[in-house]
Amino acid sequence: MTKKFFLSTAWLFFLSLSSISNAQPSSDLSADFQEKVKSISAELRCLVCQNQTIADSNASLAIDLRNQVSRMLRQGKSEQEIKRYMVERYGDFVLYDPPVKWQTWALWFGPFLLLVLAIAFLVSSQLKRRAEPDSDFNPANREDLRALLRGDKDQL
Amino acid sequence: MRKYLLPLAVFVLVAIFLWRGLFLNPQEVPSPLIGKSIPEFSLPKLQEENSVVTSETFLGKVWVLNVFASWCTPCLDEHPMLMELASQNRVMIVGLNYKDGFQSAADWLGKHGNPYSAVAVDIDGLVGMDFGVYGVPETFLIDKSGVIRYKKIGPLSSTEIQDELLPLVESLQ
Repeated sequence: MTKKFFLSTAWLFFLSLSSISNAQPSSDLSADFQEKVKSISAELRCLVCQNQTIADSNASLAIDLRNQVSRMLRQGKSEQEIKRYMVERYGDFVLYDPPVKWQTWALWFGPFLLLVLAIAFLVSSQLKRRAEPDSDFNPANREDLRALLRGDKDQL
Repeated sequence: MRKYLLPLAVFVLVAIFLWRGLFLNPQEVPSPLIGKSIPEFSLPKLQEENSVVTSETFLGKVWVLNVFASWCTPCLDEHPMLMELASQNRVMIVGLNYKDGFQSAADWLGKHGNPYSAVAVDIDGLVGMDFGVYGVPETFLIDKSGVIRYKKIGPLSSTEIQDELLPLVESLQ
């Protein structure tokens, strides 16, 4: 991304922050506060530009949601309350860290289930292999094999 | 033969899931708002000064809330369908003009026709945010007690209006 693009978006972000904080005491723009807005935004998915967080995206919806995060923080809302606000409107999908509940069990535990199944399959197939002698082997060929191992091709 | 049965079954299962995945739209996020009451709002009404549209204005009616904007290109694709729906008089359509403006909304409706019984103007998009709007156009069907029964993100097709929206309207009347 070009420097110019970065600067203009950074400027836009700053402008959006400063415009809503006009009526507020300037301490709201402290580095701490901005850090908080950023850390919450980084855990929320931008719905129009999926695979980006609302902290990374410059889509207008992401800017609106970032502003909403900073507005709610200024109202003294906790991180939990802000996330609940987003989930009520956009669903769990908005969270980058999906909650563990029965709808997401497959997501959270599916990979472990697959791992256990794969190990069980591996162990059982190995045990079976060891238990059964190789049925393709014909004892009559034993001498030929010995000759092969000696490197005595003429015997064949 | 039997030893190939399990890998084949796994392959078929994976293939079914992947095949299905080809036709899923990742932009369609299931709305948590279905089955819930519409958020409270009060917005100025387009083309009627000092008049407002609120979340209680249409209580007792089954109505469609269509989110649109003059800057929204897919809205133009959907527009003829809404005009057609409005002309059938089967359900009331209310517009939510999202992050747009009085003048541009009025101009756009003047140019393309106005299917809406009323238009609420949401300039800063905060009411849209309460409705979980993220892609315009969006369409909600709201029942007599103000509960959201259906939501469509993106332009409605005439099939969706015929097969999904209208049967639901009938059942809610």
